[in-house]
Amino acid sequence: MQRLFSIQNILLFSLILFSSFTVAVESNPVDSGEILSETVATANFENSISLFTEKGFKKKIIAVETLATVDDSRVLGVFKAMMTNKLYFVKEDKQVVFLEKNDESIKVSDVISNEILDITSKSKLKKISVNNKLRRLLRGYIATLSIKSTDDDVRAAAVRQIMKNINENSYALLVKLVETEQNETIFKDAQVGISLWELNSADKQKKLTAIAHLTDSLLPEVKTKLESIALPDADGNFLESDEFVRAKAKSALVKINDRVAYYGVLENVVFGLSLGSVLLLIAIGLAITFGVMGVINMAHGELMMIGAYTAYVVQQIMPNYIGASIFVAMPLAFLVAGAFGVAIERLVIRFMYGRPLETLLATFGISLILQQMVRVIFGPTNQAVETPPFMSGSLEFNPVFAITYNRLYIFVFSIMVLIALILILKKTRLGLQVRAVSQNRSIAKAMGVRSEWVDALTFGLGAGIAGLAGVALSQLTNVGPNLGQAYIIDSFMVVVFGGVGNLWGTLVAAMSLGVINKFLEPWAGAVMAKILALIFIILFIQKRPRGLFPQKGRAAES
Amino acid sequence: MRNWLKKVAQYTVVSAAVLGFTASAQAADTIKVGVLHSLSGTMAISETTLKDTVLMMVEEQNKKGGLLGKKLEAVVVDPASNWPLFAEKTRELIEKEKVDVIFGCWTSVSRKSVLPVIEELNGLLFYPVQYEGEESSKNVFYTGAAPNQQAIPAVDYLMNEVGVKRWVLAGTDYVYPRTTNKILEAYLKAKGVKQKDIMINYTPFGHSDWQSIVSDIKKFGSAGKKTGVVSTINGDANVPFYKELGNQGISAENIPVVAFSVGEEELSGIDTKPLVGHLAAWNYFMSVDNKENEAFIKSWQEFIKDKKRVTNDPMEATVIGFNMWAKAVAKAKTTDTDKVEQAMIGIKVPNMTGGTAEMLPNHHLTKPVLIGEIQENGQFETVWQTDGTVPGDAWSDFLPGSKDVVSDWVKLKCGNYNTKTKKCSGQNYK
Repeated sequence: MQRLFSIQNILLFSLILFSSFTVAVESNPVDSGEILSETVATANFENSISLFTEKGFKKKIIAVETLATVDDSRVLGVFKAMMTNKLYFVKEDKQVVFLEKNDESIKVSDVISNEILDITSKSKLKKISVNNKLRRLLRGYIATLSIKSTDDDVRAAAVRQIMKNINENSYALLVKLVETEQNETIFKDAQVGISLWELNSADKQKKLTAIAHLTDSLLPEVKTKLESIALPDADGNFLESDEFVRAKAKSALVKINDRVAYYGVLENVVFGLSLGSVLLLIAIGLAITFGVMGVINMAHGELMMIGAYTAYVVQQIMPNYIGASIFVAMPLAFLVAGAFGVAIERLVIRFMYGRPLETLLATFGISLILQQMVRVIFGPTNQAVETPPFMSGSLEFNPVFAITYNRLYIFVFSIMVLIALILILKKTRLGLQVRAVSQNRSIAKAMGVRSEWVDALTFGLGAGIAGLAGVALSQLTNVGPNLGQAYIIDSFMVVVFGGVGNLWGTLVAAMSLGVINKFLEPWAGAVMAKILALIFIILFIQKRPRGLFPQKGRAAES
Repeated sequence: MRNWLKKVAQYTVVSAAVLGFTASAQAADTIKVGVLHSLSGTMAISETTLKDTVLMMVEEQNKKGGLLGKKLEAVVVDPASNWPLFAEKTRELIEKEKVDVIFGCWTSVSRKSVLPVIEELNGLLFYPVQYEGEESSKNVFYTGAAPNQQAIPAVDYLMNEVGVKRWVLAGTDYVYPRTTNKILEAYLKAKGVKQKDIMINYTPFGHSDWQSIVSDIKKFGSAGKKTGVVSTINGDANVPFYKELGNQGISAENIPVVAFSVGEEELSGIDTKPLVGHLAAWNYFMSVDNKENEAFIKSWQEFIKDKKRVTNDPMEATVIGFNMWAKAVAKAKTTDTDKVEQAMIGIKVPNMTGGTAEMLPNHHLTKPVLIGEIQENGQFETVWQTDGTVPGDAWSDFLPGSKDVVSDWVKLKCGNYNTKTKKCSGQNYK
């Protein structure tokens, strides 16, 4: 029996080896599956599973391919677990298991029987690791296995995945799907996949209908395929002999290219507005301290850094509620950074009103102190702030146009902060006092405004907003001691450009700088775009020294 | 009475020990080791770790009894990520502190700043970071990787194992990425890659808005051919870059990114979920399963008193450099620069990946090249590695100017000997 089994195994291996060669040549998971299921009847779930404990990625590929030939409802689960790093084996007896992690405890269950095992320590298990080749392979198999799923989202994802690598077998799967598919988007997607394959057929009529179907699709695969038909290859020969088909393909291509170009412009605008919203967020706080109070605060960047570190600390305290931690971090960062702001104003800046040079130097010193303080407390290395799930990924409109969620949220957030700030300044008692003090300190004092108290609160407000910006930045970039330095110049640029003391000016300046930058970038490169933007601002300030929206009236003179 | 005697005896022993100690201290006979790494400013993030590594090595060497019967003494200065300050601090270390050797620098621009000073004062510098090559000074030992020990094998891997046909060379705008990309471009073209299949992109230091560039890469990669990104993006700019890649749905399976400046230390500051599967090429990974490595990680975590601290490639290079220097000093029986320099060549010490590092006549090392995929826990899983070690080549064979130049400090006594003109152009580098 033992012997027979080993012979079987050898046979199995040689066949698999053969099929893995065809995979290497065609990189086509479905094909190989077909070959195997016809020839190897011996591969069953139990014995294929045992192959997974072998060392080396090449052996694991064989294991996956073998398992894919098995018609068993458990296969999909194994592939999915492997893909998400949940497939392990017990070191002692090489039993393959699923591992579920909840907070502290782990749940280990046998892959074959699905029984829960009595293992509480991860050290007894070894992960069945995957590499890119395996992941690609798994994704293909998962897609073909889940195309019959009743869940619309799962099926849609499966169709999308299959379309990336269309071949005879996946074509057959799609044709079968289309017959019964009720969901319109999935139907359309599948239709595109079918047409992609039918372009290879010899039938001219079939080709023409396929091209007609593909005209509406923006998938990159469609474009590449049509290009291969319509345009000559490197030697000047056409793959397609029929001139009429070529012309049709060409006109479809023109239509697609037009739409891609349109979305390209739209994308640039969106990117520009998104960059603008970040600029706005980092500049609003400064617009208060520099614009309204006239304090050149070089430590503004470090106040953002404090906000970002607050977000980090909050995440450390509540590691299991990453999504909620952001909402806790926001008010907290406002308070912490605001407190730092009030302290800086009370301890340093209030002795220096009306002496901008000294303020500049003093706040620069403060910025160095704060940086070094963070280095001492948290160390010089960056800290990892996790992105909550709802802020990852992107909102896809079509294959060539998508907006990433984190940018979308930050855009909305920065506009909300701006509106809130304007409301505070225009509608509250504090805002009235702030404006009064900034316009004429002595008259405001004469009216009974406690100007010192107002100064401290205004500075605190600006600092608090910097803290909020820090929370947003923690989702975009590094949280480290240098975070502030990277943004300080940009924030001053926006405030000066927009006109000192004008919040609407800050908004317009931030957005226009963002959009200008993003339109220059593809054309001039990121380095040059930044230089050009700076030159533009220098020239602009020469012409209009008070920025886009200068303050008018008596307040402007003081 | 007995008690009294005992006490006297104790006092004598203690005072003798104290006297002996002060005597040895008074002789001031220590070997001084200069540490020239930024502890503040932008580079502090990477260089502080290397400072600690040197301090650990000094402590360990002293436990073993020092060198030539003397204790080692570390002299730490802070060049504050300020390139000209690196030159000044080097002068201070050699002239004022009279150090016998310096371990230091990270960026190429800081090394270029130190170079004239260290040559003028005939000092000794160990440089532990992978760099662009095109240099070989008598006074510098390069223990990091030359381009042929990192960039070229990584490209080979992508080309042969992954099947990449279209190439994005993305880098930060300064000397290391520019030179590396120049070498890679020449190499790719020599391998038959067409100009239209190569996209080169530079970004400023600390670039944080990657939307357009990542979108361009996505478009470039959707032309039907397998596309790969070779990233020489430095330091802080990497986090927003990888975040943007993840958010725009570019996974390692579609467009793999192989990075030359992203190691365990950088990953420990990133949320690694969206990065899984992307690649890095180094000569050392913390995950390498090996006794030497295990011992190294253990002593490092004990020294730094943090069980979670990671190790990385420049740290390994620092340790190898330090061990080689110690061996060379013991061999030369002096710390004199010229004698140690000659003793260094041919010195062999074990590296942490199970092989041996040998100092070559061109002041570079033999190193294995490892390609790793980023895992969810911030470590690398080795997916490919060279058989044995690769000798470091100071002057690239793929650049027209440096093809004919060789470096040999034993036979030729020259760091840039032109084999065509048969001339040594001295110590002036372009």
